[in-house]
Amino acid sequence: MERMTKAVKNFGLPRIIIIAFFLSLLVAAAVTGMDMAALLGDVVRRWAMYGILVLAMVPSIQCGIGPNFGVTIGIVGGLLAALITIEMRFYGFFDSFANGGAMMQVCIAILLALILSSILGILYGMLLNRVKGSEMTVSTYVGFSIVALFNILWLMLPFKNGTSIWPLAGEGMRTTINLEADFASVFNNLLAFKIGNFEMPTGLLLLFFLACFFVWLFTKSRTGMMMSAAGANPNFAKAAGINVNKMRILGTTISTALGGVGIICYAQSFGFLQLYNAPQMMGFACVASVLIGGASISKARIVHVLLGTLLFHGMLAVALPVANNILPEGNLSEILRIIISNGIILYALSKAKEAGK
Amino acid sequence: MEETYALRMEHVSKNYGDNAVLKDVSLSVKPGEIYALIGENGAGKSTLMNILFGMSVIRDTGGFDGKVIIDGVEARFNSPNDAMAAGIGMVHQEFMLIPGFTITENIKVGREDTIPTLASRIFGKSLEKLDNKKMNADARKALDSIGMDIDQHVRVAGLPVGYMQFVEIAREIDKENIKLLVFDEPTAVLTESEAKGLLSVMRSIAKRGIAIIFITHRLSEVMDVADRMTVLRDGEVVASKNIIDTDIPEIAELMVGRRIEKLVDENETHYTHSDEIALKIRDFQVDMPGETVNHIDLDIHKGEIFGIGGLAGQGKVGIPNGIMGMFPAYGEVEIFGEKLQFSKLGDALHKGVACVSEDRRGVGLLLDESIENNIIFNAMTIKREYLTGLGFAHLVNAKKVRAFAKEMIKTLDIRCTGPQQRVGSLSGGNQQKVCLASALALNPRLLIVSEPTRGIDIGAKKLILEHLVDLCRNHGLTIIMVSSELGELRSICDRIAIVAGGEISSILAPDAPDVEFGLAMSAARVSQEVS
Repeated sequence: MERMTKAVKNFGLPRIIIIAFFLSLLVAAAVTGMDMAALLGDVVRRWAMYGILVLAMVPSIQCGIGPNFGVTIGIVGGLLAALITIEMRFYGFFDSFANGGAMMQVCIAILLALILSSILGILYGMLLNRVKGSEMTVSTYVGFSIVALFNILWLMLPFKNGTSIWPLAGEGMRTTINLEADFASVFNNLLAFKIGNFEMPTGLLLLFFLACFFVWLFTKSRTGMMMSAAGANPNFAKAAGINVNKMRILGTTISTALGGVGIICYAQSFGFLQLYNAPQMMGFACVASVLIGGASISKARIVHVLLGTLLFHGMLAVALPVANNILPEGNLSEILRIIISNGIILYALSKAKEAGK
Repeated sequence: MEETYALRMEHVSKNYGDNAVLKDVSLSVKPGEIYALIGENGAGKSTLMNILFGMSVIRDTGGFDGKVIIDGVEARFNSPNDAMAAGIGMVHQEFMLIPGFTITENIKVGREDTIPTLASRIFGKSLEKLDNKKMNADARKALDSIGMDIDQHVRVAGLPVGYMQFVEIAREIDKENIKLLVFDEPTAVLTESEAKGLLSVMRSIAKRGIAIIFITHRLSEVMDVADRMTVLRDGEVVASKNIIDTDIPEIAELMVGRRIEKLVDENETHYTHSDEIALKIRDFQVDMPGETVNHIDLDIHKGEIFGIGGLAGQGKVGIPNGIMGMFPAYGEVEIFGEKLQFSKLGDALHKGVACVSEDRRGVGLLLDESIENNIIFNAMTIKREYLTGLGFAHLVNAKKVRAFAKEMIKTLDIRCTGPQQRVGSLSGGNQQKVCLASALALNPRLLIVSEPTRGIDIGAKKLILEHLVDLCRNHGLTIIMVSSELGELRSICDRIAIVAGGEISSILAPDAPDVEFGLAMSAARVSQEVS
């Protein structure tokens, strides 16, 4: 019995509850006669789709700034990168590549996102070094502000292609941009296969795992260890001759850059670019995911990302159709999502002092 | 006729777990008497005062044995409030004042005089109006009685340190029933002239019939003001004497005492004077809060174990922290002839200095990391060892790390389940061994160990000290050991510098008489020095 309580404690009660809830949702789906294969395919797709955005939390938590609520900064950088590639396609930049150049385009978009988001990330990291101790509050509001700032940018970008701009006004970006002609689903379809109604987004999944592997590799490198030491114990790091502020900027930058890459993977799977206020609350979902996976605000590992994303987004993927099936109320799953994501964040913050296992 | 005492403490004993911190301590203080309580850090002075004030830490750890008798009545205080109600006051070393309040408000806080108002007649006492006139008059009276002519309306924030001390005293003597006042190292933060003023105030307070317990390290002050004194050492009363019957050297000797435990056996004195200087320090200053170092000059020779001792707060810990760059430092430091650049983070490490910090949990270790990662961390970051190059990145070579960690675990006898155990779950002694292993992994030319045996058991202590001696004698490592425990310094060091007031008060041989160590610690200068 004692051993069991200890095991429960180690694993975390909220995680057990969430898993139980997730499983009961699956059972409910099966009982109500839903297409389980398609549902599970959806779970896997959403897992891979949100994965890199959630992965962005790891370097930020490890370098000591806590969960990066300001991942929105990376997201808007990624959106800008995607818009630039759409404009490039408009001018025929990708025409010479195979299959309409969609794969090339998305790779360029990722590259651009890495560059743009890194620049934003460095600035953001410098800002966070000035507000030590209240990073979470500040990053939340910086995330909100950058969305507002980019709202202005979206209206003013001098792009001309018909996909991005408002058709009637002739200028300013649309709120939702269809990626059908660009890189929608290129990763999802790469090496994709089907078992019955179960679709495997192989390319996207591989990309997600690859990103996880690189971040893991980084944590095992000299720089990575220096960074997590700076996050775990700044005094220790200082005594070891490590520039703590530099390490924090590094972690913030990597996190923000991952946010940029993450949104492109997300958008290609979703099929649309969502501008304006759409990214505003995305940071919260990412934070909630990694916390559900077992991370704390001072400690996070790759396994927390894998588990957390699967639980959080998998649950939402299942909850929507099940809830609609049982209770034909339109907004139920959205309400559920908000309750769960905010509830998890609240729980995690209240446990802020305890280190994760 | 039996004398009346303001306070008698009889046969007081206290254990923290298995550790006896007070053994059968008795003392008695007469009204109007200044009673000095003397002892090194850890001698039990604070515990004794905690018992007197009924601090909850005492009750939480199982209470104490013995009696506290105030004015002939046995008292059992459950909280400091009870003690205050019984007429015991304390002047703290760190001031307990509210900066934004005026002097009057600080003196009267919690004991405000009030006038009834209409609202208070209906809704109760909490709505009464403050009687500012009376409070100001009281504050004035209290300030006058200690000879302080500052305006009582001034805010405390920004007052010179010395004045704050006087405000604290004024607050205590403003309490009507005050019988006993405890001064806990009141002069530690004061300048010499401020300290003089304070001592004369203490005398005038005592003249009013208030008993004073005076805790201090400065023996000359004891000689100046105290009537009687008790020396505590390791929780025991070593001596209680009238001040007229004693002198500074005697008190100093009593305070230090002869430690019988010899931690490391050495048959001969190994110290061979090497001409090569390992560490040259000139006009060295460190801004470390609470451990400020002012103007230190030192030459430490290659191959010696150099001890740095002294009481807490005197600056001995500031020296390693300044060298390692943890706090702003100025002056000149040369390591084997290479000048140390304070502006460059980690420069000392790059120049072959390794340091075991006195704050092992806060600075020395990554508590959430494994033993092996802690051991190789500095070697990996500073010397780029234990890495495998992958072209674009340097990965930690887990195999090499494991092998080295296992070797260290064996040499230093680190008790653990394996190299992957979390350091945070180890005992203090084993954590300290991990710190030492981490420093040794750097393969340093100069090793600084700060408080290496603080809070660890005797077995681990002996092993660590023996290992240090072995490193020095057989591997030619130069070692600087900073420690509060004089016995330990004297058992392994070749020379010992005693730091007082941020300066080297003298450099002594380990077998120098106790009295010289005692005098050096209380900053009374002695002429004899060994080079």
